[in-house]
Amino acid sequence: MSQITLKNLAHSYHANPRGDHDFALKQMDHVWQDGGAYALLGSSGCGKTTLLNIISGLLKPSQGRVLFGDRDVTDAETAERNIAQVFQFPVVYDTMTVRDNLAFPLRNRGMDAAYIKARVSQIATMIGMDHILDRKARGLTADAKQKISLGRGMVREDVNAILFDEPLTVIDPHMKWELRTQLKQLHREFGHTMIYVTHDQTEALTFADKVVVMYDGRVVQMGTPEDLFETPAHTFVGYFIGSPGMNILPAEIRGSTAHLQGAAVPLGAAYGPITGRTQIGIRPEYAVLTEGDGLPITIRRVEDVGRHRIIRGEVAGTPVNVIAPEGMAVGASLTHVRFTPERINVYADDWRVAPAGGAV
Amino acid sequence: MRLRGSALVMTLYLLFLLIPIYWLVNMSFKTNTEITSTFTLFPHEFTLRNYAVILTDPSWYMGYVNSIIYVVMNTVISITVALPAAYAFSRYSFMGDKHLFFWLLTNRMAPPAVFALPFFQLYSSVGLFDTHIAVALAHCLFNVPLAVWILEGFMRGVPKEIDETAYIDGYSFGHFFIKIFMPLIASGIGVAAFFCFMFSWVELLLSRTLTSVNAKPIAATMTRTVSASGMDWGVLAAAGVLTIIPGALVIYFVRNYIAKGFALGRV
Amino acid sequence: MEKTQNNKAWFLVLPVLVIVAFSAVIPLMTVVNYSLNDTFGNNEFFWAGMEWFEEMVTSDRLHEALGRQILFSAIILAIEVPLGIYIALNMPKKGFWASVSLVLMALPLLIPFNVVGTIWQIFGRVDIGLLGHYLAEFGIDYNYTNDPLDAWITVIVMDVWHWTSLVALLCYAGLQSIPQAYYQAARVDQASRWAVFRYIELPKMAGVLLIAVLLRFMDSFMIYTEPFVVTGGGPGNSTTFLSIDLVKMAIGQFDLGPAAAFSIMYFLVILLVSWVFYTVMTNLDKEEGK
Repeated sequence: MSQITLKNLAHSYHANPRGDHDFALKQMDHVWQDGGAYALLGSSGCGKTTLLNIISGLLKPSQGRVLFGDRDVTDAETAERNIAQVFQFPVVYDTMTVRDNLAFPLRNRGMDAAYIKARVSQIATMIGMDHILDRKARGLTADAKQKISLGRGMVREDVNAILFDEPLTVIDPHMKWELRTQLKQLHREFGHTMIYVTHDQTEALTFADKVVVMYDGRVVQMGTPEDLFETPAHTFVGYFIGSPGMNILPAEIRGSTAHLQGAAVPLGAAYGPITGRTQIGIRPEYAVLTEGDGLPITIRRVEDVGRHRIIRGEVAGTPVNVIAPEGMAVGASLTHVRFTPERINVYADDWRVAPAGGAV
Repeated sequence: MRLRGSALVMTLYLLFLLIPIYWLVNMSFKTNTEITSTFTLFPHEFTLRNYAVILTDPSWYMGYVNSIIYVVMNTVISITVALPAAYAFSRYSFMGDKHLFFWLLTNRMAPPAVFALPFFQLYSSVGLFDTHIAVALAHCLFNVPLAVWILEGFMRGVPKEIDETAYIDGYSFGHFFIKIFMPLIASGIGVAAFFCFMFSWVELLLSRTLTSVNAKPIAATMTRTVSASGMDWGVLAAAGVLTIIPGALVIYFVRNYIAKGFALGRV
Repeated sequence: MEKTQNNKAWFLVLPVLVIVAFSAVIPLMTVVNYSLNDTFGNNEFFWAGMEWFEEMVTSDRLHEALGRQILFSAIILAIEVPLGIYIALNMPKKGFWASVSLVLMALPLLIPFNVVGTIWQIFGRVDIGLLGHYLAEFGIDYNYTNDPLDAWITVIVMDVWHWTSLVALLCYAGLQSIPQAYYQAARVDQASRWAVFRYIELPKMAGVLLIAVLLRFMDSFMIYTEPFVVTGGGPGNSTTFLSIDLVKMAIGQFDLGPAAAFSIMYFLVILLVSWVFYTVMTNLDKEEGK
């Protein structure tokens, strides 16, 4: 097990990339701590799988190096890197039994038969397949097959990292939760570095200690679920995490006040001069409807989602969502919205700007 | 390293395929004296005489015309009757469907030698002997089952909801089939037509048995020359080259479909 | 796909039935008729019952032809199937060279059977052929017109030349349908090249491979034109396979009765083998559908 370092890494599927847009993965430096449970989160086509395949060695990056610990493995074969990977769609060896499928990676590495037997039955119990070990894999359902793939990914104890590429796409919702819990438990028990690719924020936030958000071939933020929620480093993170996502409003920033279409909104801190397109971001959780305090809002719709209600409205032509606690009456008298100043983030050209004083 | 090994294997294999063909082409440009008296790897006295013989003599070039006529007739007939049948097999279950399908397939497997004589008698008795349509019909024996088989595979890939939507939208069966369904399986029709063309073009036993003069295929014309005294090797080789050309053209145009057609695992 | 029960579908199948009845059933009935009767011409028939069948079953001539036929089919299957798989594994997967390989490999398949014979006749002859000439040059005594072994080798090499590409193209198509993730998983699992072939490629090719074997078996069992052009069934009877023998009997000697009985038994053998293959294939389909 070792720390994984990406240095100056970039990848393009074109032989002669011209310009930034030809790169599936834009230049990045990144460190995955040994033993961390990471989620790689982003929408489809943002380069998550590309990044994963570069780490596992299935893909050679166009530029940059990959280091496992101090060892440069950029040119090393997948097998040499000693990693495990679980793919989005089940990959099982149809003609083998479930047992042979699970034992396959161990046998290929010449492990001792008694050890293989013990390890296979341990994994089989964990994925709940111990009763069908001697069945052929052909003819099993998709989620049973995917459980075998997961099992095969976890069967080796000495791997440098286990990579998951949206592994629960084909699994039933109730099984998803169970398997995720098991993965988490496994992580606590063995301390493998795990990288889990997903586009589902719930999956990412419940699985990982650290979430890495990717957007358009870039890592836009890495942090704890709390960081991502409170201080999104990029408007995409604000919008992608949370339900509904962060409200983003164009504004002019002067000192500790934001000006929107003539109205002034107080901020929690003072900002120095900012260049570029400026916006403020506020989570719907930190917005409150009032009878006159704050900005005027036109309410379009109220959705009751059980625990709370989502009020969808518009402030100066920009959609704004507000979360109101269950039981609060939404009457016609509520015409304004107020933002908690400390929770407002300021963005310039989509990237978060730290307040002049530092701190927040 | 593995890549280089593959390239070597493929090069050797393709050479194995091409050298005999090269020899035929080479010989077709030689004079008979050069062929029989000296051994040369390429024509020293380059000549087009062999081709001239074929292209100016009606008994030779009509062979090509005849072949192409019955091959095209056969392809059209096979596809036309196979389309509705393949649709029926892919969409409906009906009394005896499985047996019928298997029985059709066995006809693909029937040795032409078994049918040669009865065909000869049957077509003679109905006055179709030595006509293009006789050969075209006889080749339906193996091409219709084949076309049904290939087309059924393609049609199974088209979701049934498309049919249902069309009926709900008020299309009649015929209208739906021609306007909507056929364009969807266009590549399937292409593949099926390719194989009908191919098997009809290469077949000799039936086409030779069922013709004498008017519809005699080029391939049969060649056999007569072989058995005739005083081998005209050059002309024979030139005729051979000319029979390869239509096939090569067809392959070139459908090369992207071949893999797809084979991919269905049905040929 | 769920199919609807609908007996009216028979109407859609009707044109095929009419065509195939005309081109298969009527001739087949004629054959059955001949096989059970004796004739002295003029369309006069005498009931002969099982006589012709008995004659054929006990005939040495048939036994020998059948023996040669089985040996021939076995040899070409043993060569073409492994070779075809090997070629398919080595074919370029995409790009310009993949197209070139496809086109060149399909070429022999579209050459009329007798031209295939002619090509090899010209290629193999000692006096004018490239192969024959060089073999003689190296001091190898090769002459397919009077040495049975040379004739056999020529016919087999010709069949390998003609048909291996079909097996290769079918397998190639099977290989193309394997998702990339399987190869990636195998790399992660550190599978050997042999294991990749044994557990990923071979199972995925099983379906098409079965079809390839079936087609090659059938077509080699029916082979007529190519050896006829090259060797004429000779020297002696050494390359007289079933179809060649049958045509000799029916058209050459006009022994209609025996030839018809022969045909029927020939057809039954093929039918039996087709049925076995068909059953295995449909079962495979079902298992995969699960």
